[in-house]
This record gives sequence, structure tokens and C-alpha cells, in this order.
Amino acid sequence: MNKMLTCIGCPMGCQIEVELDDNGNFVSSKGWSCNIGKRYAQEEVTAPVRTVTALVEVEGRQEPLSVKTANPIPKGKIFDCLAELKKVKVHAPVAIGDVVVENLCDTGISLVATKNIL
Amino acid sequence: MKNVDIVIIGGGPAGLAAAIGAYEAGARDILILERENALGGILKQCIHNGFGLHTFKEELTGPEYAQRFIDKVREYNIPYQLDSMVLDINAEKVITCVSREHGVQQFKAGAIILCMGCRERPRGALGTPGERCSGIFTAGTAQKLVNLEGYLPGKKVVILGSGDIGLIMARRMTFIGAEVLCCVEVMPFSGGLKRNIVQCLDDYNIPLYLSHTVIDIHGKDRLTGVTIAEVDSHMNPIAGTEQYIECDTLLLSVGLLPENELSEMAGVKISPNTSGAVVDETLQTSVPGIFAAGNVLHVHDLVDFVSEESELAGKSAANYVKQAQQGTVSHRQVVMGNGVNAIVPQQISFTPDHDVHMMFRPRAVYKGAVITASVGEQTLYTKKARILAPGEMVNFTLKKDDLTAANPDLPLTVEIKEAA
Repeated sequence: MNKMLTCIGCPMGCQIEVELDDNGNFVSSKGWSCNIGKRYAQEEVTAPVRTVTALVEVEGRQEPLSVKTANPIPKGKIFDCLAELKKVKVHAPVAIGDVVVENLCDTGISLVATKNIL
Repeated sequence: MKNVDIVIIGGGPAGLAAAIGAYEAGARDILILERENALGGILKQCIHNGFGLHTFKEELTGPEYAQRFIDKVREYNIPYQLDSMVLDINAEKVITCVSREHGVQQFKAGAIILCMGCRERPRGALGTPGERCSGIFTAGTAQKLVNLEGYLPGKKVVILGSGDIGLIMARRMTFIGAEVLCCVEVMPFSGGLKRNIVQCLDDYNIPLYLSHTVIDIHGKDRLTGVTIAEVDSHMNPIAGTEQYIECDTLLLSVGLLPENELSEMAGVKISPNTSGAVVDETLQTSVPGIFAAGNVLHVHDLVDFVSEESELAGKSAANYVKQAQQGTVSHRQVVMGNGVNAIVPQQISFTPDHDVHMMFRPRAVYKGAVITASVGEQTLYTKKARILAPGEMVNFTLKKDDLTAANPDLPLTVEIKEAA
């Protein structure tokens, strides 16, 4: 099975074709023009991760609190995490870096505040 | 009328860094005027990450990046006044400002730093025909509604233009439960960063239609749909390619324009090329003692460079007030050669007292081209670039000694030499 990717290493945006075996494991890649692309292609098909930024409700306020995952989480868990956040309500005051949710959706990664609310 | 050494117009990323730069260069009588109710400018609503990689070597969200500068301004006790709208600046550097708390105020400034940022091109600037219904927002307005005010602007979304804010909003609208149908770009390439195309569109299977545009807008009260079509190389819609898309929201991400109304009132000369002030290497405009930095000077890709540039403007203003730089300085002109657009600074003094940071945008996409800066036969800078594109600003530095030694009768020419 083959998968097409666009490299994000630079504005060149090389189109990389990755060959996967029947179990979805990385076999080979082509189309990159430097090592950044070569590395990106392998990581992106084996364990893609993203830092997720989102919003949670603040009790008694219209303005939401902006939050982020303290580290990138597996790409496949993004929507589970977003669904989890809909249930969260925080109380002011909140400071940048405060942990809002620990071990978000069993990722082992916490969700932290990215702004101060007095 | 109150006298202030340095007045900074705008408390966004540029204004904050300019204040810090001025303070660190020895200025103490500084005032930041901000029209909103908090410092931080547009960063307040940019809750996505990716800011500060260049400056802090870590990826921060907009509010986190802004807070680092706000904390510094507070640490230095630099005064700022919120909810204060500047209405007028004149060439004598008298600033007229209005606020609920203080009414009309006037300040006589020793130096002014223009840090008003930029604004989005609205629907009216596009000439798109169709009905005048609700549901049409600039991407930045939608971003403010979602991230700062907690609203969901719509449920079925089409995005016109593939600028970075539009791409970021495609992902944000998806995250908050809206369906983003497509992103439509009139050019044959996207104006956004590659990273954003992949992580905001591709990740969520949102199609990007290049060489397409919206040709009609439908809806009596609320938007009910748009008609899109493919365009030819002259950007004219091609008959037979029309496609109706049902949607309730249209987001526009079609470019940013420096906000220079105040600059013009003060008589500052504006470059038709950048839509920002004409400046020298100290970021001084054509009006002595008025400086400009950040997106009001030219639209940047990265906030890190806005901060860097603004710190320099702050230092320059502090030096000006100390009278170190007063008096007329003669300048060497900067000429844009092949492939070079929107260069800043546009002029450089013959004996600059620091190395000069140059920035420009390539006119088109070039592969394997060489960037050069030269005075006559003398080459001051040369670098081969694998790829150059209008979406990514080019930065390089010229050594002050090289500039001082160069023939004073000739301009500095910056050009892109295309691969054979």
C-alpha cells in the first residue's frame, strides 16, 4: 500500500510517496529532496502527532479559556480529546501553564492553560 | 497638552517590543496607547501554536507569546493606556487621542513609533457579486468571535482565499464542530505556509481548490450558498465550471493591508510597494522622529520578526530623543531588481551604525535562484536559495562596514538571479 504526503520541512513542499507493508509498517519512501523530508515521511506514517490547541468554558464567563496539550498527542486521538474538553468547565482565576486536565484521554499528556484569566 | 519622550501607537506585538527596545536603550518617559481593553493585539485571538520558535526556541501560542512581552513591559513599569483611540497625529508630533476615562487628550511627543498593525481585506475590496446577506466574515473576525467571545459563527463553512488565517480557521471551525466544505484559492498556489496546508486542511480532508474563486453569493437574510468556478490564467471565471455549494458561512482570507491612516495624517511618505512607510535602516520614516515597525510597516509572516524589527525601532526612537540621530542624514537608495518586491528598508544611510537587516518578498516562485545585493560592481551579499516563494519573506543582513565602504554615488540593488 502507498501513501502520499506533502513535506512540511520547507516551502518546497515535496510530494513524498511512502510504501507501507500489509500491516501498515513503513517500508520505503521517495520524492523527498533532503533528509528532513526523509525523516518526516517515516515519522508521519508510523506515529503522527500534533499539538492540539482548543477552548474550554469558564464558569460564569462568556470568554473561553484557551488551552493546549503540553506535548503533541497521537493524531488519531484529536477528536476524542476535543469531545472530552466539551465536558470541562474551569473556575477563574487561571494562569498560563495551569493544568486543566491531567492525562487527557489516557494519552499521558496534560492539557494546560495558555492565557491568564483573572 | 502633555509632553512625552516616546509615544507608541498600538499595544500589540510591535508596540510591546518597541517599548521594551526603547526602555533598554535608556528611554524612561514612554507611553503606549492601545485602543482595545488589553495589551497583546491580534495575538490575543491567535490561540494556535507555532509562535516564538525563532526567538524563544519553543513553540508558543499567541497569548503565551504576548504575555512574555507584557510581563517585561510591566517589569519595566512602562506606562500604557488602554481603551484609547488615537484620532490624529500631525507632523509636529502632536497626538490626539480619545478615551472614555480621560476624554480627549493631546500629547506632544519627542518621538513616535507607529505600531498600528494591519487589517484584513474585506468583501468590499473583492468586488464579488451577489447578495448582501449575513454569514460572511473575514477569517480574523470569525477567529475573534470563536476564540475570544465564545461564539460559533456558522455550521457549514466555505473559505475564500488560502492565507494563513483562513487555513488556521479551517481547523478551528472543524474543532468546534462546524463542517468546512472547502478552501477556494484564485491563484494557482496557496499564499499560506506549507505547514498550515498540511496540518489545517490535509489532516481533516478539507479540499483546497486552486485557480478557483467565488463568483456569486446567495441568501436573502443568512447566506444559503455560494457559486464557485475555475479561473483561467487571467483570473477570469471559465464558463461551464460553475458549481453551487450549500453553506451558511463564508470566511474571507484574502490578504492584509497595513493600517496607515494615522501615518498619512502625519505626512509620512507611504511606499506603494509595501503599503507601509518608506523607512531607512533605523526604521525612521520620512518625518524626522516618527518611526514605524511591525505589520504597519510591511506584513510579516512571523511575529518573531515583528518583535525584532520593533525593538530596533524602539532603540532608534530612544537615540533620536537623546539627539544622537537628529539632523539630516543622507541616504543611499535601495533598488528592487529582478524578482524583488516590497523591500524594507527602502533607504540606508551612507554610514550606518549597525548591520542592516533587509527583508523582501519574491515576486514569484523561483527554484535554485541566487539572491544578491550589490553596489555597482561590488557584491555585498550573495546566497543560493533552493526555493523562493511570495508566501515566504526573505531575510538577510548586510554588514555596516561593507555598506560604509561602498561607492556613495551608487544605489544598493537587490535582485534574484534566476537559474539558467
